[in-house]
Amino acid sequence: MNLAWILFYLPIAIAALNQLVLRRNPVVPYLATAASGVCFVISLLLLGTTDSAGFSWAHVGGLDIHIALKLDHLSTGMMVVVTGVGLLVHVFSLAYMKKDEAVNRYYCGLGLFMFSMTGIVLSENFIMMFIFWELVGLSSYLLISHWYHKDSAADAGKKAFLCNRLGDFSFMIGVLMLWGISGCLTFEGLKSWADAGGVAQASAGVLGAAILCIFGGAIGKSAQLPLHVWLPDAMEGPTPASALIHAATMVAAGVYMLFRLQLSIGAEAFEGFAGTTIAWVGGLTALLSALMATQQNDIKRILAYSTLSQLGYMVMAVGLLAGEAGMFHLYTHAWFKALLFLGAGAIIFACHHQQDIWKMGGLLGKMPVTAASFAAGTAALIAVPYVTSGFWSKEEILAAAFHGDKFLFAIAVGVAFLTAFYMTRAFVVTFLGKPRSDDASHAHEVGPVMWIPLAVLAILAIFSGFGFVSEKLNATRPEHIANTTVLIASIATLVLGVSAGFVLYRGKESDPLSIPLFRNRFYFDGIYDNFVVRYFQDAFAAIVHFFDELLINGLLVGGLSRGAASAGDLFRKLQGGQLQAYSFAFGLGVILVIHFIVFL
Amino acid sequence: MASLNDYLLASGLLFAIGLSGVVIRRNIIVVFMCLELMLSAANLSLVAFSRFNPVNGLPDYNGQMLVFFVVTVAAAEVAVGLAIIVALYRSRQTIHTDELTSLKG
Repeated sequence: MNLAWILFYLPIAIAALNQLVLRRNPVVPYLATAASGVCFVISLLLLGTTDSAGFSWAHVGGLDIHIALKLDHLSTGMMVVVTGVGLLVHVFSLAYMKKDEAVNRYYCGLGLFMFSMTGIVLSENFIMMFIFWELVGLSSYLLISHWYHKDSAADAGKKAFLCNRLGDFSFMIGVLMLWGISGCLTFEGLKSWADAGGVAQASAGVLGAAILCIFGGAIGKSAQLPLHVWLPDAMEGPTPASALIHAATMVAAGVYMLFRLQLSIGAEAFEGFAGTTIAWVGGLTALLSALMATQQNDIKRILAYSTLSQLGYMVMAVGLLAGEAGMFHLYTHAWFKALLFLGAGAIIFACHHQQDIWKMGGLLGKMPVTAASFAAGTAALIAVPYVTSGFWSKEEILAAAFHGDKFLFAIAVGVAFLTAFYMTRAFVVTFLGKPRSDDASHAHEVGPVMWIPLAVLAILAIFSGFGFVSEKLNATRPEHIANTTVLIASIATLVLGVSAGFVLYRGKESDPLSIPLFRNRFYFDGIYDNFVVRYFQDAFAAIVHFFDELLINGLLVGGLSRGAASAGDLFRKLQGGQLQAYSFAFGLGVILVIHFIVFL
Repeated sequence: MASLNDYLLASGLLFAIGLSGVVIRRNIIVVFMCLELMLSAANLSLVAFSRFNPVNGLPDYNGQMLVFFVVTVAAAEVAVGLAIIVALYRSRQTIHTDELTSLKG
């Protein structure tokens, strides 16, 4: 257990040391990287242990809130993913962020994030999870707005924070509702409550509403419809941070939390409208964001929409009561999406911060290692059968959809086709053909500090789906049942998608397709700006402003000071400098005193 | 022989005249004189109390002793007060209290 506490406290201790003591010392990045390496080793050592220990943090009435770490199959497996990707991102950043003047702040942000994410994964109850849920939101904000002098980065950070807050509020309400229903907040307590038949006794409507409110937290954190808008904008942050936070770990926390809930209160509690809603939100997110991804030109944004779409898959699996499939996809997705993001980071680094894929091209010969690993990531994402990890996990989700809901199965298959299509497009445009800008023609392979993490992730992207690896790493994995329809569908969509991508984009100088609806992301941002912001937020702001100006400023603050001033003016009149007035007041006072003493 | 009440009445009248003079009159010298009047009123009542409070058949001389001290101190105070008034007149060319209002809030 002591190891787990070290794992928990080490990142924040190192971040605090870096930020408060070492500050601008050049040793900071290496220290942070070493700490993340230690964390990874500890995670590996903790594999297979089950334990739970902690201390009481707050005691309110009958509610005892613990800060406690829970080690089990799920959390130790997840910790390996978090610390593994974290370590590789730390290493990659050593080169990527080398010339950044605020590199130490960046590493402190990463440390804070690793601490908060560890807290979420190892938390033993919902309150602790909520605390760390907020903390990852904070560290995500700090890392997105790392280059805060750019307006777009500052705005993106704000947007991410606000969207997350919206979801977190729903999460809190859901947790409190669940507490009201079951009377406990620890996962163990919920499990024994459910085992004792609590789910059957509770009102299905209230329980479903509680689950949906908790799902609201996942909507915010895992960027599902309709709060998905923050994730593509979050690409303003440094690319390695995007790989860690906005691809592999934090955005998957929503899925992890839902699966935790599903494990605690049992999948039966999700039956009915709660599960259906979750599945459809996930399915629609997967479909819409895959459509949006087909028309993006920024390589990071393509990957961001792809992340959205894959998260939609996972959420859909949870909604279809197949949380194991969702968790397995989370596990494989973390490796190959981190790989794709770091690959994109390497490309962006080599092309002098050029992110437009139409200004790249021909990078295959110039950056062979990056290209090969990016190809491995792409293959895993589009689920090349039998040889990649993505295939195994996506197959499980498709099978779950096949058994759960045929409409959702159709959507999932459509998304698989779109995924193959847009990833082929990205790969073909970026790596094949001729360089379309000076930045691209001068690109050359990145150094080993950057390509070694890529190579490691490429190996994992291919092999992590095989049983011998996933079992070693404690990945949660459902029983595989061969299903011919699913297999045929996934192979057919893969072939169709890849060939469509090749035919359309091979050797093209500009995008032959132009679908404004997809390119403009279904006008979600415009709708939010024009309607939600104007009519809802601005109206609310006007009310708040009125309240603030009139009541707080006018009445409370201004009123008090005006009252004091006028009282002072009143008393000033008494001191008029008139000798006679003084003596009169004095005489009157003496007479009054005598009167009160003698006659009362 | 006059009773204690008569003396106290005279003393009270004297004090009231003094107080009203202090409150009403503008000339600071008259105000000053009225102050002295109030002091004398207090002295008068002290002596009266002394006379009508016999100790072993004799008046209580403590009160009358106190009056001597008060008169002495009042004489000193008059010297200081008049000096202040002269200085005031020299600097402000007036001894009317309603024109001496520079010490106001």
